Amino acid sequence: MSIPSLPPGLAIQRADERIMTLNVGPQHPGSGHMRIIVQIDGDYIVACDPDPGYVHRGEEKMAEYRNYVLNIPHLERPVIHDSCNILYPYVLGVEELLGLEISERAKYVRVIAAELNRCVYTMYWLAIYGIFLGHSTMFMWPAGDRELLIDLLEKMTGARVTHSYFIPGGIRNDLPANFEDVCLRQVNYFEKRIKEYADIFYDNPILISRTEKTGVLSREDAIRLGTTGSVLRASGVDYDVRKKEPYDVYDELDFQTNVMKSGDSYARSKIPWLDMMESCRIIRDALQKMPKSGSVRVKLKPNPKGGFDSVYKRVESGRGALGCYIVSDKKPEPYRVKLSVPSFRNLIALPQLLMGEKLGNMPSIYWSLNYWPVEADR
Amino acid sequence: MSSEKDTIEKIPEESNSTADKAPEKPTPAKKSAPAKTPPKEEIELSTFEKGIADKIIENFGEKTTITFVKPDRVGIKVTRSAIHEVAEFARDVLNYDHVDSVAGVDYPADKEIEVVYHLSSYTDPTLSRQILELATRAQREEDPIPGNDATKLPSLRDIFYSVEFHEREVFEMLGVYFEGHPDNRRLLLPEDWADLPPLRKDFRNKGR
Repeated sequence: MSIPSLPPGLAIQRADERIMTLNVGPQHPGSGHMRIIVQIDGDYIVACDPDPGYVHRGEEKMAEYRNYVLNIPHLERPVIHDSCNILYPYVLGVEELLGLEISERAKYVRVIAAELNRCVYTMYWLAIYGIFLGHSTMFMWPAGDRELLIDLLEKMTGARVTHSYFIPGGIRNDLPANFEDVCLRQVNYFEKRIKEYADIFYDNPILISRTEKTGVLSREDAIRLGTTGSVLRASGVDYDVRKKEPYDVYDELDFQTNVMKSGDSYARSKIPWLDMMESCRIIRDALQKMPKSGSVRVKLKPNPKGGFDSVYKRVESGRGALGCYIVSDKKPEPYRVKLSVPSFRNLIALPQLLMGEKLGNMPSIYWSLNYWPVEADR
Repeated sequence: MSSEKDTIEKIPEESNSTADKAPEKPTPAKKSAPAKTPPKEEIELSTFEKGIADKIIENFGEKTTITFVKPDRVGIKVTRSAIHEVAEFARDVLNYDHVDSVAGVDYPADKEIEVVYHLSSYTDPTLSRQILELATRAQREEDPIPGNDATKLPSLRDIFYSVEFHEREVFEMLGVYFEGHPDNRRLLLPEDWADLPPLRKDFRNKGR
């Protein structure tokens, strides 16, 4: 098969007669809100150019007009299923800028909320991964089981998905009465449920034959491309911000990171599922170690201001390391907020993974990147 | 299939020379910038971060200035012409292997746009907590023609492959053209966007 020689980077440029250019998306069940332009030679992808931006909303620009607290409800919009984790670095950064000390109980509650949120996100992602592979049971089960945790988060925060729960100085409100028992029961049941996914999904020979050895990302490439989260750990790099640079109380909790070496779609789809089991462990441990009472919130002055300063904070979200760079200029509004989101960082791997693969493998490779289009677009 | 991958993955070697071609304009005086404060708690600093900062200062002297040394964070300000070699030094000698984030910040009062690279490392365990912040400034034009005015910086794409999409984003959002970047196209904005680069301070949101 003849392959047109293409300059690096500019993937879509020249094509001869046997090469067909195909637009996948931006409104397509197989792409989310993103367009992927692919060139195919018969069944094989020879060039790929991801084109994000369909749902770009200018979150970073909007953040420059609102004060540090008003920014919270809109900055979580890029990933509503993981809204605690996308707010986490912003809130940590603002706390450093304002010099706030957080109570121990608030730190534990935050960790519990963040881990519940990670599971909620991963279940949603897993459901869509199932439907991408034509496995409709795998769509129904996670979509149903995540309701358990959504109910828990609703008890905590009052909202099903957009919680706006983390605020500079702690959390918005304390846990409801009897929350610990309910949480423990639900999380134990949830863990039992997700273990069953091994039988219908991860040990399923059809899934294995469709995802194993497709879209292989080598360890060197994963590092060179600066990928993060489950993509990085599936390629054999043991890097998790919760372990490497623990924030709040993650250094006191008992959990481990999951690393796989193969770097294919199968590994990338399995790591988030394994991480959910660790999340259950973290939640159980945090419920035990959490102080049973105490304040959860530092009272802020109206329109709090930072000094002339900048701060870069990062956390591990459901998709990978999420960084937030805040520049303050002694005004109530931040001078600049930059969200460095894992989806955007992982997108760079997509052209390389799709190259030479069959078009039919595209959905599984694309979604195994743990990519959330709205988050990448911000 | 491997031969196809090779053709696409190849990184251009010739763009190594961009640092020499970068405009040798004298850097304007850097005062009154919000982002820099003198480091406050000099006593509490751990020596490791100070060591990283000192290594850079030793090698590049007056081309670099330390903006802050905090726990796990080192901020270095680099002149426009030296950013390429400092980044190369950070990769080859200091073992930083990828870029976490590239942020552009507009400073209309200084007539400059700052581009901030946050470097981090997966391979070196001693650096796993560290973030090295390299900041450099490009000249700012009042009526920008993105790509065709003096707002230019050397690209770091040949040193850190991971900056590719980040630099494209900075280019469309602030109009900083990265010389040596193989693919300076729009990324998030619509193709027919004809207004100012939206993250510049003179682009105002309606009603705000």
